[in-house]
Amino acid sequence: MWITVKLFANFRENRFKEARRQYPPGTTVGDVATDLEIDPGLIGMIFIHGRAAELDRVLGEDDVLALFPLLGGG
Amino acid sequence: MPKVIRINMTDLSVRIDEAPAAWAGLGGRALTSTVVAAEVPPTCHPLGPNNKLVFAPGLLSGTAAANAGRMSAGAKSPLTGTIKESNAGGTCGRMLGRLDIKAIIIEGQPAATDTWYNIRISNEGVVVEPETETVGLNNFAVLESVAKRYGEDKGVITIGSAGENLMMISNISTRDPEGKLRSFGRGGLGAVMGSKRVKFITIDQEGTRPVPLVDSAAFKAANMIFTKALKDHPVSGQGLPTYGTAVLVNILHEIGGLPTRNFTSGQCEHHDMISGEHMYDTIVARGGEPTHGCSIGCVIQCSQVYNDKDGKYLTSGFEYETIWAYGADCLINNLDLIAECDNVMDDLGVDSIETPVMFGVAMEAGLLKFGDGMEVLRMLREEIGKATPLGRILGGGTGHVGKTYGVTRVPVVKNQAIPAYDPRSVKGIGVTYATTTQGADHTAGYAVATNVLNVGGKVDPLSNEGQVELSRNLQIATAAIDSTGLCLFIAFPALDIAECLPAAVDMLNARFGGKLTMDDVVGLGKTVLKLEHEFNLAAGIGPEQDRLPEFFELEAIAPHNVKWDMDQKELATFWNF
Ligand code: SF4
Repeated sequence: MWITVKLFANFRENRFKEARRQYPPGTTVGDVATDLEIDPGLIGMIFIHGRAAELDRVLGEDDVLALFPLLGGG
Repeated sequence: MPKVIRINMTDLSVRIDEAPAAWAGLGGRALTSTVVAAEVPPTCHPLGPNNKLVFAPGLLSGTAAANAGRMSAGAKSPLTGTIKESNAGGTCGRMLGRLDIKAIIIEGQPAATDTWYNIRISNEGVVVEPETETVGLNNFAVLESVAKRYGEDKGVITIGSAGENLMMISNISTRDPEGKLRSFGRGGLGAVMGSKRVKFITIDQEGTRPVPLVDSAAFKAANMIFTKALKDHPVSGQGLPTYGTAVLVNILHEIGGLPTRNFTSGQCEHHDMISGEHMYDTIVARGGEPTHGCSIGCVIQCSQVYNDKDGKYLTSGFEYETIWAYGADCLINNLDLIAECDNVMDDLGVDSIETPVMFGVAMEAGLLKFGDGMEVLRMLREEIGKATPLGRILGGGTGHVGKTYGVTRVPVVKNQAIPAYDPRSVKGIGVTYATTTQGADHTAGYAVATNVLNVGGKVDPLSNEGQVELSRNLQIATAAIDSTGLCLFIAFPALDIAECLPAAVDMLNARFGGKLTMDDVVGLGKTVLKLEHEFNLAAGIGPEQDRLPEFFELEAIAPHNVKWDMDQKELATFWNF
């Protein structure tokens, strides 16, 4: 299945901003992080189609997954 | 003994009193709000002789505590008609701490409307003198003149032309350690200072000694724990120093909470061009500083110096809210233009949220086109800067422009512009906008942290459940932090790292020799909120004004297609504490 992955802040370093990537069915958010060599412990926010999700969430076809480190402002 | 300076502008008299014992545990917002609530008639005209402008350093100001460089300004707000507290960095808070000045209270009003004054405060006393040289000048020129006349090292509090012209969008500005500007934002406090006909105040700390500590060893130890928490937390230790607050652009876009084109969408097509990531790359490429402090002793350093393409200074303290407002709400897709607007706003002394949100409404009214940054710059300089009739209409703020042009989509609460988080898709911040004593203000109870950023737990941003309680807890904690002189960004580590806030309380105890507990600090926050609320009720700002504008209930926002649907009765439970 195809998934759009968006990365932000320092997750972009040596990776990408946005990419269409293929994964086998059953892939979780955590699997994508491992595949991208992102330490899951450093992930602060996970959004799928703009809604919050967890690491163990199983992805579906055409999901748009956004990964952020822990960030803040105001 | 801590001092209180009262300057009566009616007869130009100055009184220096010992601070009342009851004020011993108060500083910053707790003190400005206490003075305003006790001494300002709630029904007075904010620009008349009965309003008072109060400045107060925080309880930790002047000490070596990390991030304790903020000070408060308070008055009745001419924009909202409510009580107002606003805090800023810069150098004055620290100096006032060292001078042992608990508060400066400016009261009365000169009868003559053709004379301006400057006020100069030092260890020797207070001088009030007629001012001519800087009248009509904007902030950068005022700083230059003050530096030439009184020396580079003075703290400065000033108003630009907008404050002189009593505009509702005006701020009070203050000099930062590098000689640039920081603002006491929101609420039109510049107009209050203008109504007292005070052009600038200088603070001279010459001859002062370090602030005495009752237990300096304990203070040092607590400050180390506190500083470590600030440095260890990923938000205050890495995210803010690297990307500044503008990193929020992409986050809010992603979750559909980035108000765009005068609050008609929650996402903005050109978000990447105005993002914190893009800003960081641009700053580094042009030899600016991505990591910079607004005050001495800041270990987080969320500020930055942004240069133009020739490597020349364009602006500093380039905040998410400003970038959002011009970039997404007004659709200006050029960060350089936004930086120039920011610099001009600093110079005129106008608020970097009220002003661009007002432009979004003006764009909707057809006064200028969405995305036309050049016209915004022209209007800032030629209309607002010169106080033309159109400039005065714009200078009246978002609500005023909406009324003048018959716009119904006017994002204000209590006539103050709603900032950078759409309340339909981040419902917790909607509760804060509706209920805070200050008029729409995200900093009053930053529910975005828990709704979106996963700091301090998680509460679903699209559900109404738990939002009132979340906002209440945050508003209470914020009122307490605003009283210490600590920068509010310490809340990120404080929400997640258990030792952080107790260390701040330990510093308070080591400074004053008290036995404060965390409960006392929470109690202080509650007391402050309640006395502010009482003031507002007596000013005629009742529960019927604790609400968001109707359009949020009528218009669903993309991409989640959500409306504001919080029950008004549930909102009213906010004050049950
Ligand atoms: S974190 Fe930012 S706002 Fe707070 S004191 Fe430092 S530079 Fe100023």
